[in-house]
Amino acid sequence: MAHADAAAGARGDGDAVMTATSAVSTLDQVMQRWEPVIGLEVHGQLLTQSKMFCGCSADYIGSPPNSNTCPVCLGLPGMLPVMNRVAIEYTVRSALALNCEIPEHSKFDRKNYFYPDLPKGYQISQWDMPLSLNGHLTFTVDGEEVRCGITRVHLEEDTGTLQHAGDILQQARSSVVDLNRAGVPLMEIVGEPDLRTPAQAREYLVRLRQILVYIGVNDGNLEQGSFRCDANISLRKYGDTGLGVKVEVKNMNSFRAVQRALEFEIVRQGRLLDQGQTIAQETRGWVEAKGATISQRSKEYAHDYRYFPEPDLPPLHLSAEFVDRVRAALPELPQQLAERLQREHGLSAYDAANLTAEREDARAFEALVAAGVPAKVAANWLMGEVARLARETRIPLQGSGLGLEGLASLIKLVEAGTINGSTAKELLEELYLAGGDPAAAVRERGLGQVSDQAELERLVDAVIAENPAAVADFQGGKEQALQRLVGGVMKATRGRADAKVVTGLLRERLAS
Amino acid sequence: MSRETVAELGARLRRGDATPTELAAQARTALESIADLHPVLRYTDALTERQAGRAARILAESPEEAGPLCGIPFAYKDVLCVEGVETSAGSKILEGFIPPYTGTALQRLLDAGAVPVAVTNCDEFAMGSSNENSAFGPVGNPWDPSRVPGGSSGGSAAVVSAGAVPFSLGTDTGGSIRQPASFCGVAGFKPTYGRISRYGLIAFASSLDQIGPFTRSVEDAAHVFTAMAGHDPRDSTSSPAPVEPVAEQLARGVQGMRLGIPREYMAEGLEPGVRSAVEAALAQLEKLGATLVEVSLPSTEAALSTYYIIAPAECSANLARMDGVRFGLHVDRKSLTDTYLETRGQGFGPEVKRRIMLGTYALSSGYYDAYYRQAQKVRTLIAEEFDRAFESVDALVSPTSPIVAFPKGDKSDPLSMYLCDILTLPVNLAGLPGISIPCGLSEGLPVGLQVIGPRLQDARVLRVAHAYEQSTPWHTQMPPPAPAVTGTPS
Repeated sequence: MAHADAAAGARGDGDAVMTATSAVSTLDQVMQRWEPVIGLEVHGQLLTQSKMFCGCSADYIGSPPNSNTCPVCLGLPGMLPVMNRVAIEYTVRSALALNCEIPEHSKFDRKNYFYPDLPKGYQISQWDMPLSLNGHLTFTVDGEEVRCGITRVHLEEDTGTLQHAGDILQQARSSVVDLNRAGVPLMEIVGEPDLRTPAQAREYLVRLRQILVYIGVNDGNLEQGSFRCDANISLRKYGDTGLGVKVEVKNMNSFRAVQRALEFEIVRQGRLLDQGQTIAQETRGWVEAKGATISQRSKEYAHDYRYFPEPDLPPLHLSAEFVDRVRAALPELPQQLAERLQREHGLSAYDAANLTAEREDARAFEALVAAGVPAKVAANWLMGEVARLARETRIPLQGSGLGLEGLASLIKLVEAGTINGSTAKELLEELYLAGGDPAAAVRERGLGQVSDQAELERLVDAVIAENPAAVADFQGGKEQALQRLVGGVMKATRGRADAKVVTGLLRERLAS
Repeated sequence: MSRETVAELGARLRRGDATPTELAAQARTALESIADLHPVLRYTDALTERQAGRAARILAESPEEAGPLCGIPFAYKDVLCVEGVETSAGSKILEGFIPPYTGTALQRLLDAGAVPVAVTNCDEFAMGSSNENSAFGPVGNPWDPSRVPGGSSGGSAAVVSAGAVPFSLGTDTGGSIRQPASFCGVAGFKPTYGRISRYGLIAFASSLDQIGPFTRSVEDAAHVFTAMAGHDPRDSTSSPAPVEPVAEQLARGVQGMRLGIPREYMAEGLEPGVRSAVEAALAQLEKLGATLVEVSLPSTEAALSTYYIIAPAECSANLARMDGVRFGLHVDRKSLTDTYLETRGQGFGPEVKRRIMLGTYALSSGYYDAYYRQAQKVRTLIAEEFDRAFESVDALVSPTSPIVAFPKGDKSDPLSMYLCDILTLPVNLAGLPGISIPCGLSEGLPVGLQVIGPRLQDARVLRVAHAYEQSTPWHTQMPPPAPAVTGTPS
């Protein structure tokens, strides 16, 4: 599906030179001839209370334009930055989770360029002495283990935001500047060009986002841009070790967009190379509506950022004690957690991966197990009905009316045989948002299973008497006829009987 | 009042012979009387009134809480932000800019009860050595209005020199307090880098800028310094070290001290009158019991080029915020690029543009290693040479400037202007405390003596300067009365 999208997008791309006679190559065909080399740069806003260098709130979403600002983040003359220590700690935490080294000495630098969303005319960032270096992230795609190097994780400040009439600033008739976001701590995670397929790129991002959310430094919101990704991609012949001319792709605000944009680029670049053309080194933007990338800026206009050490901030010294403390406080990472759930609770790799995708799900699972629910039962409920309701209502279990405790007591009613599975599902549906004690509901509304043996035997006998044809069929060897009789008993109990018990009773009666 | 020091005026206030409001009014009249020199850009009327009233209340209600600066009028350089008062950094691009905050140094003076009266003229963004780079016109030297007062804090030096206010504030990035103090015959103190918060100071070169006072006596400089010094959480480069009490050290004299004379600072290029005044000062210090030792600072020669890479590099970034988007001058053009170009093209003067160009070039890809990185290395060498010198001497003594105040328009080529600061720049590069005090006249114009100390030894610098000052009459010298005075002289 995605392949078709990419091919369709390529046809609409004004930059790609094509002749009516040229064969239209598909992604698969291009990838047979050319090996994609992909490296991702991820920017993640840190979940600190305040901005990177001033006391303004880092939670800027929803504030009226330019209300979440102060003289420091407005870049007024005479103002000075003061480092947010928590942001340093969060970056180190992230770097450690990504297996990075933390050098003892680090510093901030000024990255100089003019743009209205950059109030000081420079961004405080890190150039040659980042907070961390040389990490890696390992994950599995289609059963194959992929190890992607992490060049560095460094810290900088976010810019403000612009809105203008027109696609790009240069053509806009008017623009408005909002500096609410300016100065929010922004962590940049630079990946090595170790990824070879769009699917690997996507999985890298999924895993990276998962880790950052797990360790509590980022909310992982691609749509709102608190987790953003730029991709560098080039093609080369298989077996080559050098790198082709790389294109930077921006403006992708979903995992799917990243994958589609990369697929589009592979096809676009592959066709150009097949035609003997060269790839222009440039920055391209993904346009979701067109399903295509378009050229934004060529290398000739590339910025010279004139980095130099930020004289307003002293160099950073990160002691071994500090790094050890952050390392010791690092929470269990998703992969470790998944392994532990398999080990301790005998879950399958699939179930463990599924339950650890979101940390809250894993927490819920462990809480249910701790409350006495068997592991497999807990996993099935969470991955099945609860996941469906959470998706449909857009409210996670922990925020629902029923809550974790309600779910535990509901499952325990089933386990104890008080209610059957279908009653439990109906109750879950009803109580998920509304809340309430499942045991009380069962009691008050008589939803408890008919477990009185004499009563059940009476009902079974009545159904046998009322359905001579089905009885004859069953006794004549038609096994499925028994289901009609079970259904009759269930109907008579309004679904409150245990189907297994009823089936057993029927077999007993009809055999005698 | 023109000869009176902070200490003397303070005594009058405490005796009840004057009120803060009267002193502020006298200062205002005196400043207006030297309007021809153009040292004042604007008066701080409402703030003056408010602050004088506050000081009066402190003096009346809790005199024991009144420090030495309570009720004392002063002026400050147009690069220091005070809430509600226009601050333009001597530039068209910031004309009309009213900061919504008060810098830490100023706030501490306000807290001490000092009364701001006026904002003083200066070179645009503190870039210059003659005050001829102000977008609002040059300043005349009270000793000879046809000559420059020095720069960049020319206005602040002139108002103290003329006796209009007992003290003023300047900033010193490469000599911008000490050189005008030398030219105008007053004391000008640049404390250790990081000793006084830069919060609220419109930056020229962040790693070099430091705020300091102009005064008529070293004791006054110590008072003003003490009120402003100390760590500020809003300036990460401000030193967390406690401020040592200065007053106790002041009177200890120089008996037994070893004072170094940097050979390279007494080399050719010194005007004969400057040389003879400084040599006499050295002899005086020896007479007071100091031992004079010749020392060598061989990298001095490289200081000028080092400074003119680092300072412009930093300023090229610091001044990037002057882009016409949020404050100050905005020249509206069709495209963003043209708006930037026209706003900055019209807003900045030639010297500021020159330094932005120099700094941008020095930081450019391909040139960074050859210029900026190399300059940082030399800067380290210069600092290390000072450190070595201070292993064998307690302080260094030298001329502040190789020349006395020169006629306006005399140094039209930038390099000859830059050379004026050759004896002050190295001190900023090393982040050391330095003071200039009057040490005589050459052809009727003041000569300055510079005392330099190790990092954070601000008190020692003041102690040497005080010992010299108290044994000579130079600090009591006043400029000759101006030939044409407007307004009412005080």
